[in-house]
Amino acid sequence: MSRIRILVVDDEPDFLKLIQRRLGKRNVDVSVAASGQEALQALDVIPVDVVILDVRMPGLGGIETLKEIRKRHQEVEVIMLTGHGSMQSGIEGISHGAYDYILKPFSIEDLLERIRDAHEHAVLKRNARKVS
Amino acid sequence: MIATSYTKLRWKLIGITLSFSLIPLFVLGYVIHDQFSHSYEEKLTSNLRLVVNNKRDSIDMFLNERVVQLQNLANTHTIAEMTDQVYLNALFDIIHNTSSSFIDLGVIGPDGCHEAYSGPFDLRDVNYKNEAWFNQVMLKGLYISDVFMGFRNFPHFIIAVKRREAGRTWILRATIDSDVFTSLVHNARTGKLGDAYLVNSDCKLQTPSRFSGKVLSQAKIFANPEGSDVEICKWEERGATRVAGITSLALTDWRLVVVESPREELTPLLRSQYLVYALFLVCAVMIFAGTYLTVTSVVRKLMAADAERAVMDAAVMQSSKMASLGKMAAGVAHEINNPLSIIRESAGWIRDLINDGELDGYEVLGELVEAIGDIDRHVERARTVTHRMLGFARRMEPVHENVDLNMLAKQTVSFLENEVLHRSIEVVCKFNQSLPLLTTDSNQVQQIILNLLENAIDAIGEDGRITLVTRVEGSFVAMDVKDTGMGIPSDQLSKVFDPFFTTKPTGEGTGLGLSIIYSTLNKLGGRITVQSELGHGATFTFYLPFSGAIPDQEEPCPE
Repeated sequence: MSRIRILVVDDEPDFLKLIQRRLGKRNVDVSVAASGQEALQALDVIPVDVVILDVRMPGLGGIETLKEIRKRHQEVEVIMLTGHGSMQSGIEGISHGAYDYILKPFSIEDLLERIRDAHEHAVLKRNARKVS
Repeated sequence: MIATSYTKLRWKLIGITLSFSLIPLFVLGYVIHDQFSHSYEEKLTSNLRLVVNNKRDSIDMFLNERVVQLQNLANTHTIAEMTDQVYLNALFDIIHNTSSSFIDLGVIGPDGCHEAYSGPFDLRDVNYKNEAWFNQVMLKGLYISDVFMGFRNFPHFIIAVKRREAGRTWILRATIDSDVFTSLVHNARTGKLGDAYLVNSDCKLQTPSRFSGKVLSQAKIFANPEGSDVEICKWEERGATRVAGITSLALTDWRLVVVESPREELTPLLRSQYLVYALFLVCAVMIFAGTYLTVTSVVRKLMAADAERAVMDAAVMQSSKMASLGKMAAGVAHEINNPLSIIRESAGWIRDLINDGELDGYEVLGELVEAIGDIDRHVERARTVTHRMLGFARRMEPVHENVDLNMLAKQTVSFLENEVLHRSIEVVCKFNQSLPLLTTDSNQVQQIILNLLENAIDAIGEDGRITLVTRVEGSFVAMDVKDTGMGIPSDQLSKVFDPFFTTKPTGEGTGLGLSIIYSTLNKLGGRITVQSELGHGATFTFYLPFSGAIPDQEEPCPE
């Protein structure tokens, strides 16, 4: 099984650094982007399976970025990351095409689980498209 | 608004209404009364004037007739004829028969001695030479005396005319009974207080007066009219107003006085005046009663409206307070969640390193692992707090969502955990686990539970038990909040949902909590009841429908 390639988008550099290290240790290829714009540019260059997207970011917000990703990269799955304890923003994300959401602070195992699910889903979708 | 200002407002309104209705009424009444009595008085005066004029004319006519009669006698007879005693007697008889007011008739020579006399008294030898009237008649040709008692000793007066005949002057004198004036004048009297009399130039009565005395006594007179005009004068006497019409006679310097009492004349007017006063009083009383009733009902409505508005204001204030508190809590929670996740990830990274064995061999490894565990545990603790805060802060506008009442209650109880612990209150939850999900506003329901719990805690004070029970009743979910507090007296039981009803000391409770719960439940399609016995705690039970009062907006199915 190939390594999962993910892109983490968050405006906290410390968070990006740590998540990169931790997920890297767990056989995940992690790229990071500090803003929505950066993430969109990165997606054009790097092949990515799953995007972890913070909802609240300065500049291009999480939901706007999500809409852009859905428009440009059909095969990418998105997991929303929200510090806004309520499920509201997560549900809003799903309604705009996110695969899942996770509340901050989360446990790394929980996140990894969801990433795997999303990846599986992405692979299935890709295969389905290939068949059709 | 406090009670005294309502009272003040009520009296102000009553005062304004009364002054705007009573003042015009009284002004109208006064003007009408004034005009009416004025014209009535005028009518009275003109009436008096007419009576006086008529009387004067008839008295003048009477006097004139006597004078003309005498003058005719004097002019149609010679002195020779008149001094013939038999002839004179016959003549007097004729005159006396036609006019009984003639008492005697005398012919007086220029020397003042009677030349002839016909009448009941023996006056043949009386000499009038030194009498004032004799000189007067010799000078002017006619004399009418004032009334006097004279030799005859009863009120009478004389008329004397002079005749000049072939160089010889003689005087024809007649005595006339003044009683005739009395009867002429007296029928001008009106009522019980009216009076009519004649006075001479010295104000001596010429006819008896009802109030001023007998003939020849002194009378008071208040005006001295000139010519034939009637003068009206008015004065107060013995507390009553008197009006007199006074005029002077043409042939003598006598004056005719007719006195009336307007009060007596105005009796019908006064009677209607009393009737009008009574009517006014009745009107005023009715206006006052009407005003009082109207104002009282208006003020009562105002009070009710104010109370309602106060409840609404309090509810609005409460919800806006909750909304801003919620926003703040959300902001704080969010700001804390980000650093929390970084802390957790940092700790996780250290744990990863340890797990990979990269730190093996260090003596302190055990302690490090323990520290990482502590960090994890406390991050988890902080996370519970922030998530609870965010749950509390969720949208404040009424929404309908699927609500698990059990979970909501549990969450709400957890808010009060510390307080309950400090007061040694035990919270027992007896939840029906198969409770259906409710479609309602979780925030408002949470507010209701929170309020009821706070009330229960306040009721207990310290050491006690709060029991929460959920169950299904028909198409409603019911929740009991039962406390072991002092309970509610039965007479207050019906008032607990009234706005501003509170048993807490002034300043501690607004008395609005339960009334807000009541109106909130109404909005959500539910209701609340209370059972309590003094000394045995209280149970508040609220009911919520499975699906809230807000109609479901059906989402169209994807298929």
